[in-house]
Amino acid sequence: MNETTTSRSCSGVDLAALPDAQGHFGIYGGRFVAETLMAPLEALQQAYERHLRDPAFLAELDEDLRQYVGRPTPLYHAKRWSEHLGGARIYLKREDLNHTGAHKVNNTVGQALLARRMGKRRIIAETGAGQHGVATATVAARLGLECVVYMGAEDMRRQALNVYRMRLLGAEVVAVESGSRTLKDALNEAMRDWVTHVDDTFYIIGTVAGPHPYPAMVRDFQAVIGRETREQILRQAGRLPDALVACVGGGSNAIGLFHPFLEDDVELYGVEAAGEGLDSGRHAAPLCAGRPGVLHGNRTYLMEDEDGQILETHSISAGLDYPGVGPEHALLKDCGRAQYVAVTDEEALAAFHELTRLEGILPALESSHALAYAARLAPALGRDGLIVVNLSGRGDKDIHTVAAREGIRV
Amino acid sequence: MSRIDECFSRLRAVGRRALIPFVTAGDPRPPVTVPLLHAMVEAGADLIELGVPFSDPMADGPVIQRASERALRQGTSLRRVLEMVRAFRRRDAHTPLVLMGYLNPIEAMGYERFAREAAAAGVDGVLTVDMSPEEAEDYTAALAASRLDPIFLLAPTTTEARLRVIAAQARGFVYYVSLKGVTGAATLDVSEVTGRLVLLRRLIDLPIGVGFGIRDAAAAAAIARVADAVVVGSALVRLVEESGGEAAQEAVLQDRICGLLRAMRTAMDEALCPDTTVESQENGRGELKA
Repeated sequence: MNETTTSRSCSGVDLAALPDAQGHFGIYGGRFVAETLMAPLEALQQAYERHLRDPAFLAELDEDLRQYVGRPTPLYHAKRWSEHLGGARIYLKREDLNHTGAHKVNNTVGQALLARRMGKRRIIAETGAGQHGVATATVAARLGLECVVYMGAEDMRRQALNVYRMRLLGAEVVAVESGSRTLKDALNEAMRDWVTHVDDTFYIIGTVAGPHPYPAMVRDFQAVIGRETREQILRQAGRLPDALVACVGGGSNAIGLFHPFLEDDVELYGVEAAGEGLDSGRHAAPLCAGRPGVLHGNRTYLMEDEDGQILETHSISAGLDYPGVGPEHALLKDCGRAQYVAVTDEEALAAFHELTRLEGILPALESSHALAYAARLAPALGRDGLIVVNLSGRGDKDIHTVAAREGIRV
Repeated sequence: MSRIDECFSRLRAVGRRALIPFVTAGDPRPPVTVPLLHAMVEAGADLIELGVPFSDPMADGPVIQRASERALRQGTSLRRVLEMVRAFRRRDAHTPLVLMGYLNPIEAMGYERFAREAAAAGVDGVLTVDMSPEEAEDYTAALAASRLDPIFLLAPTTTEARLRVIAAQARGFVYYVSLKGVTGAATLDVSEVTGRLVLLRRLIDLPIGVGFGIRDAAAAAAIARVADAVVVGSALVRLVEESGGEAAQEAVLQDRICGLLRAMRTAMDEALCPDTTVESQENGRGELKA
């Protein structure tokens, strides 16, 4: 690769102002899609930029977030768990208390409003664990829009309950049988649908990946998490936290929390899925163990083989089981503004149990990765330390996975 | 003059259109590919599009997706595809060959190294489906340095402003995607394509090939009346799939693929000069290739 594409420096760059007009975060991001989608992406970008400056649109979004989603979500001081860990005070940003049980709905509410303003009558989405699919089916039902959700056949088996939830909400759930039959293949299939029905269809991508403007747009809709957290922690703890911790699959909950803190003296930790261990090869940690490449419309860190073929990933958590990551995270890693670490299935499960037993909160397995890292960080920061963990979703959907893992039939 | 430019100008001189077959390299097994390419040239192909398999073929329909999966299971890497091209060139120094695939395998190899090795193997052009002209500066520079033509797609959704950007970067020919959809998706609407090509020709000097949705001789003939080249992919790859990948079926596979190409070749030539016989055109073709 040539000089410009291997540069890792971003000193002097105003991180909070990114991406540039072409959707680049340093060398990452951009718009790598077949020609048919270039004009629709341009139209989406223009509509998005116009509506984001429209006070009426913002007022409608704000009203929906309050009355329908249930925002603001609490910032909860997990006292017993903090005591148990014997170090820093840990606050949990309770995105699990959102309508539909995860942060995903912040984005689908925003994109669905945009879809309606653009006159699209049909919504499509990809989903891995099913949380984004449910959040999309939910807003489509509310706005009376036709909804098709693409889901890997393997994921449908793992998340049967969410499949049924989506169908109850009136969505058509299409099983994707190609490739590894997981999230990345569902994304491919949703793109194929979009290219075929581009005139009347709006594609709601669930994470900060995909071609420009998706990484920026999804981040902007999720940044409500960080904006609220900033106000709440100042009010409740009297100062900014020392560290923010969030799990990273595609990375939308993490970037939503991090973004309003980019210019503050606050450490940012993104936690990837180490699966059975980074050395085992069975993981989903492109930032920790992958390298830059191009997939799903953007340049970012990927899990790929020497020939540039995308590798299958593994995580106990379907929501983290993705071989790429949002391009903004790739840049934050390269310039050292955020640290990316990885937590194994086992460590995540231990954190899942610990929070459930000590705080009476069942965290999603995705969020349990962030909790597991916070548990490592808290003693190191000491009693004066202050940590915010994004509790991105609730764990009810994972009960079968946890039980099966422990040989229990429910 | 590049082999692609030469090919189109020779065809133009005799009033014929290019027939461009697409097959996925290594499908159903790597040893099948090179003999198949030679057989397709024998059957009337003017230019070859060789698919480089990728794990995530976002713009392809089920037929070519499955072809990619078969080829990858057989270990068909970009490096092995280049070896196939090198082997093809030992017996064919004339037929232009374009690689068609996705960006990430090229990224993994590095643009300059890929361009050098592809050119050395005998590749003439590269069509990278997910490389938009907006992102292509380093890529086209690397291809140009190795005298490879960057082939770009045009779509029904392409605006006039974008068309100018693409026209400025494209070399060899441009590939008009005849419908909104993935490869092999539907049957194309000839009258819509015809209208679109009139517009395209005003803004683009390069030869225009049309593909996506051309399945039979009749469609090939209809497109030959308005475009400079007819690209046929999924219809051929479907025949590969139906052969089942058995070694014993290889001869049958070649026969069926070449049968479809010959029928298209004949129909395309007759569509342009309905008064001449097929036989005399075949002779003309012989001279053309010599």
